Amino acid sequence: MISIIDYGAGNVASVANALETLNEKFVITSNEVEICRADKIIFPGVGEASFAIKQLHMLNLFSMMRMIGKPLLGICLGMQLLCDSSKEGNVSCLGIFPTTGEKFDETKTKVPHMGWNKVKQTKESKLFTGIKDEEYFYFAHSFYVPVNKFTIATAENGIDFSASLEKDNFYGVQFHPEKSGDAGLKLLENFITLC
Amino acid sequence: MVAKRIIPCLDVKDGRVVKGVNFVNLVDAGSAVELAKRYSDEGADELVFLDITASVEKRKTFVELVREIAKAIRIPFTVGGGISELTDIEKLLKAGADKVSLNTSIVKNPGLITKAARQFGSQAVVAAIDVNVVNNVYKVFIKGGREETELEGLSWCKRVEELGAGEILLTSMNKDGTKDGYDLAFLSELNKLVRIPVIASGGAGCENDFLEAFSKATVDACLAASLFHFDILKIKDLKRYLQDNGIVVRL
Repeated sequence: MISIIDYGAGNVASVANALETLNEKFVITSNEVEICRADKIIFPGVGEASFAIKQLHMLNLFSMMRMIGKPLLGICLGMQLLCDSSKEGNVSCLGIFPTTGEKFDETKTKVPHMGWNKVKQTKESKLFTGIKDEEYFYFAHSFYVPVNKFTIATAENGIDFSASLEKDNFYGVQFHPEKSGDAGLKLLENFITLC
Repeated sequence: MVAKRIIPCLDVKDGRVVKGVNFVNLVDAGSAVELAKRYSDEGADELVFLDITASVEKRKTFVELVREIAKAIRIPFTVGGGISELTDIEKLLKAGADKVSLNTSIVKNPGLITKAARQFGSQAVVAAIDVNVVNNVYKVFIKGGREETELEGLSWCKRVEELGAGEILLTSMNKDGTKDGYDLAFLSELNKLVRIPVIASGGAGCENDFLEAFSKATVDACLAASLFHFDILKIKDLKRYLQDNGIVVRL
């Protein structure tokens, strides 16, 4: 059983549709007990970082998410919220990855970074098993996570940034696998079956 | 580097896709879900669905349709047509749309852009802007191009960016249906002015028109409708042509 965390800041319908395509059982929930009971957790996110963190506090999910030992995949904003902090609303985040979400430089590139971009796999990870290097995935974001020692894949938009992160049971993807065609489905399948 | 996008646009009336020129002689082009699947398989990067249903009552079925589309395809899509309230936006995004396009409502109520961007993120808010040339000035039109406003094209584009729109879908009414190419002069000016992605619409007639929009006007995406609906261009062939001519596309 997969739990999709619904904290009012994520496009949960699309993640749910993708899991249905994969014939996976899932529950969409903001209930701490239900989330903990699942085998794996998907943490989607669109919107604004400080609003999302506030929601996590209000739903009493903040501490649980920091301590949970089960495989957890943060998507888009969900990945950024797994970092120490974000410059979007200058907010303290979950502190799994020791880095800060930065805004793309508007003088160098279009912001939001919107569309399909190549994802370069820089470290071996189960998440990308069977996915070719430099495959295209769909991105839609204005803030990014700089490349750091937990980066397992990068993409380029004016600068190289983290397209994917991994540390212990925590995984993150900046792109939207649920909107990235077959490659995206494969990545979700990898998370569910291999991670 | 982010790939340049090709976006088919589908007009939806009472739940069915219709094709026609300038909203007249509408022909039923089949189920929106089936066409969406076809374009997605053929390599479309995104889709846009515009609800041209006239009655408010029948509009409710559009949310149901959006839910069906979201189940059927695994690429992003934008929905628009008659959206004027935050609650409409919430319903459509919750049904699985990735973005909403706002047109008439943001001219009447510019604050809607800011509110929507704050609640759902800029990436979900597309400002759809229709311009036409009136006495050598680009003026903004609303209500499906039927009503001229006082707004000047470029300054309204700049304003929607400042208000928090994440993207501009610019339709050149002066070019729409002409098939003699996108409005390169206006689009180039627009691209110098704003830092959010620009989608060009109106005027595409052949592969070279897309190439020029990307290479000369440096737009981020090109939208077209009848070229794809009437099978004049295949998306895969178009993207190969663009790649052969040095444009980065997803193939």
